[in-house]
Amino acid sequence: MQDARHQADRDSRTGTAAARPVGYCEGGELPRIAINARNFAQAETHLPGQDIVATCAACWLSARESKERLDGSAQLLKETNEALAAAGLHYNGGANVRHMVEVLIEDFGYDGLKAPMKKSLEGLKIAGYVGCQTNRPFGIDGESFENPMYLDKMVETLGGEALSKYEQKVTCCGGALAFSEPEKSQKQIRDIVESAYDHGAEMIVTPCPLCQANVEVYQSEINKKQGTKFNMPVVYYSQLMTVAYGGSAKDAALDGQLIRAEKLEKIAGK
Amino acid sequence: MTTANTNAIERYRNNFLKEVEANVEEGHMVKMCMQCGVCAGSCPLGPHWTHSPQKIFMMIRAGKRDEVLGSDSMFMCTSCYNCMVRCPRQLPITHIMHGLANYAHRLGLAPKGQPTRDFATLFWNNAIKKGRVNELMLTLRHYFRGGLVSGIKEALGMQSVGLGLFMAKRLNPMEIFGGHGVKDLKGFHAIVAKAKEIEDRKKGFTA
Repeated sequence: MQDARHQADRDSRTGTAAARPVGYCEGGELPRIAINARNFAQAETHLPGQDIVATCAACWLSARESKERLDGSAQLLKETNEALAAAGLHYNGGANVRHMVEVLIEDFGYDGLKAPMKKSLEGLKIAGYVGCQTNRPFGIDGESFENPMYLDKMVETLGGEALSKYEQKVTCCGGALAFSEPEKSQKQIRDIVESAYDHGAEMIVTPCPLCQANVEVYQSEINKKQGTKFNMPVVYYSQLMTVAYGGSAKDAALDGQLIRAEKLEKIAGK
Repeated sequence: MTTANTNAIERYRNNFLKEVEANVEEGHMVKMCMQCGVCAGSCPLGPHWTHSPQKIFMMIRAGKRDEVLGSDSMFMCTSCYNCMVRCPRQLPITHIMHGLANYAHRLGLAPKGQPTRDFATLFWNNAIKKGRVNELMLTLRHYFRGGLVSGIKEALGMQSVGLGLFMAKRLNPMEIFGGHGVKDLKGFHAIVAKAKEIEDRKKGFTA
């Protein structure tokens, strides 16, 4: 399963919450796969021949995993189509599921990402925090699970300085357990932020929306409980790209940060 | 004891491995475990569970039904997939742990009040209601799960975070009025109901 590449996720037009990560109690196997297949069937009908691209790591993982399971079992496909028929839908096995980072790295490539640059992120030292689900179990073509380099290369492509060492690069932020097990997750988050500080980073960048939220939002909680003074901005990779491509701080949604990324705002304002 | 649980005990007698293989997602892979322990050493929540995946797999083979299905370990899974990519026998460990959690939950044997079990249940019901997650209601219901008093306390503790997200336009207060949903919600519900019906029939959850 780990080797099979190039499938995908959630269509923003038909998008359903892909409830894998914490839906495992009530949901079960077939309901989970069926709601993913509903998206695939819609994509096949309304956007034939096009890839489904997910920006959320968990959506990508859930959808791609469902697709691989359906590709691998005629019985599962039959049962899934029985469920889809309840809404007059049918899934034929098409619709490639991909993550946006796959599209950027594998289709555009680093040279392609450099081409539209108007500004360099020169002088910014950035910790590339890859986290779990854009990295495991599928990941980006040609990258290792233990030390993937694509995010660092992306930072460098945009003119920033990537950390050469960052022990917490693929550490789990706690995921959905940040809600249900706050103490245990905040220990994870503390390690991730602390290591970024230790290596002199000025901000953290991540390709996963939940990592972005968890690592940014809970810093104030950790400060309160553990007396740390964390104030490390955490941005999503597209925010770096927007600034490098000449967008304003608002275009890059930097006004949506809880911990302001002031150095990035400054570059955006130049 | 639930009927489904009584039926399962009756049907599989002392062969718990067979029960897991038949009813738990990816359960047929359990017997491939060679007890190396890489999963146990790879788990970010390692210090917090009672049994590592390695132990769970051996306990399944040893027929420790009550201990496995009553364990809190499966609910400590953050879905980080570290164990799964490192497993030398390529067991889909993450999926087996989720499958065991689901099976234990459906049989009514999972630990009561386990916070991740409760949150997962909230999450699924929230997502299924409109076909999209209503993050505001999910958060509120989570904080108020233990009643009004503890809810107010917990929500006040997280007030600065909530307010910050709201000010940054990352939490939409209008979602309290029901929130947004998918097109053809009726069809969406029909798909979920049918899928559940098929699965319940196959796994013996129907009375």
